[in-house]
This record gives sequence, structure tokens and C-alpha cells, in this order.
Amino acid sequence: MTDESVVDSGAAANACPGCGAETAAGDRFCENCGTDLLLVAGGTPDGAVVPSPRGCVVCGAEIDADGFCTRCGVAQPAVRDRVELDLTGAAGVSDRGLRHHRNEDAMAIRVTADPAGSGRPEHIVAVVCDGVSTSDRPDDASKAAADAAADVLLAAVRAKADLAAATADAVAAAQTAVVDLAGTDGARNAPACTYVSVVVAGDTATVGWVGDSRAYWLGEPESCCLTVDDSWAQRMVASGALTDAEAFADPRSHALIAWLGADAGMVQPHVTTVPLTGPGAVLVCSDGLWNYVPDAEQLADIALPKAGDAPFAVAVELTALAIDRGGHDNVTVVVVPFNPRSGDL
Amino acid sequence: MTHPNFRVDVYQNEYLHQGADEVNAIVTVTSGGEAVSSGSTSASAAEVIIVDCSGSMDYPRGKMIAARQATAAAIDALRDGVAFAVIAGTDQARLVYPQQGGLVPADARTRAAAKSAVNGLKAGGGTAIGRWLSLANQLFLGHPNSIKHAILLTDGRNEHETPAALANTLADCEGKFVCDCRGVGTDWEVDELRRVSTALLGTVDIVADPSGLTEDFRKMTDAAMSKAVADVVLRLWTPQGATVKFVKLVAPEVLDLTSRRMTKSQQVGDYPTGSWGQESRDYHVCVGVHPAGVGDVMLAGRVSLVLTGAAGDEVLGQGLVKATWTDDMVLSTRINPEVAHYTGQAELAGAIQEGLEARKAGDLDTATAKLGRAVALATESGNQDTAELLSKVVDIDDPVTGTVRLKAKVSDVDAMTLDTRSTKTSRVRKSSS
Repeated sequence: MTDESVVDSGAAANACPGCGAETAAGDRFCENCGTDLLLVAGGTPDGAVVPSPRGCVVCGAEIDADGFCTRCGVAQPAVRDRVELDLTGAAGVSDRGLRHHRNEDAMAIRVTADPAGSGRPEHIVAVVCDGVSTSDRPDDASKAAADAAADVLLAAVRAKADLAAATADAVAAAQTAVVDLAGTDGARNAPACTYVSVVVAGDTATVGWVGDSRAYWLGEPESCCLTVDDSWAQRMVASGALTDAEAFADPRSHALIAWLGADAGMVQPHVTTVPLTGPGAVLVCSDGLWNYVPDAEQLADIALPKAGDAPFAVAVELTALAIDRGGHDNVTVVVVPFNPRSGDL
Repeated sequence: MTHPNFRVDVYQNEYLHQGADEVNAIVTVTSGGEAVSSGSTSASAAEVIIVDCSGSMDYPRGKMIAARQATAAAIDALRDGVAFAVIAGTDQARLVYPQQGGLVPADARTRAAAKSAVNGLKAGGGTAIGRWLSLANQLFLGHPNSIKHAILLTDGRNEHETPAALANTLADCEGKFVCDCRGVGTDWEVDELRRVSTALLGTVDIVADPSGLTEDFRKMTDAAMSKAVADVVLRLWTPQGATVKFVKLVAPEVLDLTSRRMTKSQQVGDYPTGSWGQESRDYHVCVGVHPAGVGDVMLAGRVSLVLTGAAGDEVLGQGLVKATWTDDMVLSTRINPEVAHYTGQAELAGAIQEGLEARKAGDLDTATAKLGRAVALATESGNQDTAELLSKVVDIDDPVTGTVRLKAKVSDVDAMTLDTRSTKTSRVRKSSS
């Protein structure tokens, strides 16, 4: 799958990605349809099933309007089972994995291009949310949260607002979006998800999170995890009660102690701002990846140096690795390459 | 022609543990909306009232008088234009009104004439319920497109024909009309009348005191008049290789429809539901499937409410029963409250009937155990009406555990009332948390 704003090779080089109309160099918006020519956006689509013209993937019989086989009843693959985004400035893969029946992870990416027309990305927003599978509609929760937060962060970078404050606002917007899904029938199993966002602007990354989805810095001077999980295991380790190994061996290790949702109470986002020196990449992911490769140095060994100019290939490779090692959970990986701009700083 | 909207809601835990091969769901069907409430006069209806006139109806004397009054009240409750007739039942079936045969449309004149004929009814003779129903079935023949309903009143056992003859008649009548049955007094057989009401998709109840008949007949007729659509089937699609373990109506009462399947194709079967007014019913569907792998999702059943008729089938509403295999125990062990509730209600009905049967047979240990279990189930599910009826048959030491003692003396009325109403279910309580 490619981003929908990618222009057909047959179209004029300066055609609007929205409507195909010709645009003039330096235009900020398409004169014809109003599309923002400096924005590249992508994310998890709605979960609809698009039946294959060859019929059921198992038995070949006709598919009904609800996406099930009319003979064997098997649910047909959903678009959302595997989402691939290969954008200028960031790339992501989100995969159902092997053991879950649907992809409850969601991602959203927004990239604004340098208004001077250099073609380089100026600001990059990446959000990953992981639906809590024991809640109702966790897939809807994660998508609503990722989309809402990405739009708030995009508006903030354009307005040159304070990004730490904007990240807190983005978490609040994501929380509202998830709470709105809960409806009025009480919060028995209110929709819920985790949250992690990264905004790369200039030479800093602003990271915000709630729950156990993570952001890593991979590269110079030292690869490291930028987030601290809101999980039982992390709390045990932080309080000194258990070692890393002991805590993660416990069946409760993954129990979340913070999440987004109507039953989450007061949501207190963690926000941190990290100066980037690079070169390297910011990796944003759900626990479907880091369960198998938690260590930043190991991740860096796989991702670097390719991440700098082939972030999509790295996202594909890391996702494949998680699936090869069991694919027990949904896997979402977003890679944002960072190359210091020597000279123009 | 417009038909009411049928809303179909499915309640289930679709998550199954690895290897699980059974899918349970409660399917709530609600028919309603404006088509029903405003369109009630547009549906043509036919009504036959069958009054037991056997000799025993004179003992006590008030019974025959009450039956005449009740029949008159039912006639008054007929909408103008409804085709109707009244049958007097003994060891034969006799058309009381109209005398010339067939059904006549209700109007002021025919109602008055019918009531006058009913006033002349006298008790004398035996009881052959099958013959009464056969005549009703014949009368309905000329009204294929009407919503057909009968009321059957009896006070005694079906002594003047064989059980096989009644069974044959019931088989002939199945699907032709709906029949609500009432037993007056305590000399009739609950099982026997329940067989009739079950086959003809109607209700059965006891009217212990004849003075209650008039109100009851009026209510039954009103309910029949409110029906807007007949010949609706519950159509169940299942995947290839699956088996339908059962299909039961579970609210407002328990009625096992499994054996009533009309097979349309290997994967599709129709189950009769009778006629519908503005109402809501719950069905419990249980499908056996071949287990798929963890992470796989399957449609285990598609439930459609289908109006069948000469003009072809029309789907009025449908819902999906799904199966998703998971290794997440939190998901797969979740108890669906609706499924649990109605599983309990079906067990409750069975426990009461078996308990009363054992009590009659003198097996007091089984009776105590079964009725105790019934008390516990009724208490747990908040089925107040049934709990109250049970308390007239057993002394309850602990309603929660179902510790009970059989009462030394139980009136026939109380035992029969409990038996007759054992299939009545309570609906799921809204969770308060």
C-alpha cells in the first residue's frame, strides 16, 4: 500500500495530489481543490473488508455484505489487518500479527514539507495507539485517539506552538475521542487504548505517552528508550521491588496502570523533550514489537544505518521480526529518520 | 404493502477458547415502529372461539355461565370486519355461530347474533379437543391471507379421542393458526393443553376461578387483534459443516423450536414464530462448529426474521452470531449475562416440571431437589412471579441455596398454576454497575 498522495507517474510533476490539477511552484494550497500541498498524511484506515474478486480466501465461495464467506463463514481479511505507509520523512507498518483476530493498533503520521520548496520534511508527527483488547471496540479507540492527536500536533507545529504543551493537548484530545466512543450505557468495558506520540521539529523530539507503547532513539550518541511504561512491571522495577527480569517474568507484567478511556480516571500524560544530535532515527512502536526486542541497542543494530534513507524497509523488517518470533500481538512500527542539517542551522 | 420493522439484536460472548466448538447467542427480536401501531386495521384477521360444553362444565354451575360471559366479551373485543366463528366443543365439534358455516365479518349485527347464540349454550357430552381444532382449521381454510387466531377453553381431560388422534390433528393444524389455550378449574391436564399451545405457538394458562374468564378472554382477543403480521419464520444460516444444537424461544416463555425446523437447504433452516404485534421476544440459538485457529473469526450463524408468503420471502431484519477464537482467557471466560440468564430460565422451567412430576409420582427426594433448584434459580434470576408460585408448593428455608421442604398440603390450583406458568421467563435485569 502506498500513501494516497503519491502522484501517478503519468501526471505532471507539479500536479495536486488531491485532484491532479496543475499547481505552480511555491503554491501552499491547490488553487483547484484546496489541498495542502505541503502536507503528507497517512494512517490506519477504517476496518472495512474489501472482498477479493476471487471469493473467500479459504474456500473460494461468495462473500456476503458483512464480509463473511457464504459457505464456510470465515471472516475475510480486513484492510486494517496490514497497513503500510511509506511517506517522505516517515514510514510505518501496522500488522495484525498471528494470534489476534483483528488489528487493534492504529498509527497516524503527518509530515509537513519545507515551505521553501527544498522537498525536505520540516515537521514530523507520528502517533501510535494500541487498543486494550479486553475493552469494547479497542480498534475504534486506537484509531480515534491516533487521528485526533495527530491533528492537534499538526496544528501546533504549524502554529509554532510550544510542543510540550501541545503534546499534553493532543493526549487530552485523544482521551476525549476515546471517551466519546463509550456511549451512555455505563463504562462496563469502556473502549480503551495506549498512546505514544513523537513530534520531530528542528533538532528536538517531543515525546508524549500514556500506557506501554514506546518511543526509542536509535543512533548517536547512544540508543535508548525515551519512554517509561505505565505498566505493573515498570512500577515494580521503579520502586526497587523487583529486578527487570523478575518483573517481566511475572504474569502481571503487562498490566497497564494508565490508559486512555472513559474508565481511565484523570489521565496524566508523560511528556519529555529530547535534543537530537544524530544521525539516527526515532522509532515509535506498540508492545507487539518491543515484547520481542526490548533493547534499544538491539533495535539500533537492526535499524541502522538503513533507517536514514530507507525507513520503510526498516519498519517492514522490524514488523517481520516480531511476527517471526511469534506475532503474539498486533505489531505497529513507525520509523522517523533524523539527519542533522549541517550548514543550515 | 408495508410491514413492521424487525430489529434484531444479538447478545453473546463471541470469544471462544482454543478448540471450543459451541457458539451460544441470545437473539432479541423486537417488532414495532409505526407500521404496527398505525397499521393494525390494515391486516385482515380471523378469530375462532372454542368453548368446552362438556357435561362437567355445569359443575360447579358458575363455570358454564362464566364461559358464556367470557365468550361474549371476546366477541365484543373483535374489530369490525374480523371474520369469526364460535365452536361448542364436546365429544363432537358444533358450529354455534354462524349457523350457515364459514366465518362472518364482525359488525354490530353479527356480534349481537353470535352473543345470543352463545347465551343458549348448554353443557352436556364429552371432550375431544382434536375434533374442535379440526373444525377450526376447516373454518380458517377460506382465509389464507388473514392473521388466524383461536381461543380454546376447556375444563377437562381429552377423554373421547386417543392421544394419537389429537397428535395427528395438531400436526395438521401446525402453522395454520395460532391457538391460546385456557384451562378452567383443576380437572384438566397441564401437559395435554401445553402440547396444544406449543404446537400452535400460543400460550397456555390456568383460570382457576371462572369469574376471571371474562377479563382473560378480552385480553387474549385484544392481543390477537394487535397482531400485524403473520407467518414470520426465524431463518438460521449456519456455515457448512456446522450443526444447530437448538433454537429456543426463551422470552416471554420457553418454547423449544429445534424439532420444528423446516430445512430450506443444507445450511438454512426456518423455525416458525407465528404472528407478531408490537412486541419483543428472545431466542437462544446454539450452534456447533468446527473449531478454527486462534485469531480466526467465523460467522457461526445469521439469524433473519423472514415474512413468508405467496409473493415470496421478505427479510424483515437480521443479526449475526460470530465466533472468534482467542488465547486470551480474559476474553474467552467472560460470561455473557443474557446467555447465562436464559440458560438458567430454561433450566428453571425444566426443574419445576420435573419436580412436580416427581411429586405426583411420590418420589419426594427428587421433588425436593428439583423444586429446591428451581427456587435457587428463580431467586438468582429475579423471577419474582415464579418464586412466588414456588412458595405455595414448598416451604423455603434458604432461597439462595434452594433449601426447601415440600409442603404437606398443596392445593391442586397452586400445583397446576406453577406447572402451567413454569415456562414463563423473566427478562434480563439491566446491570446496575
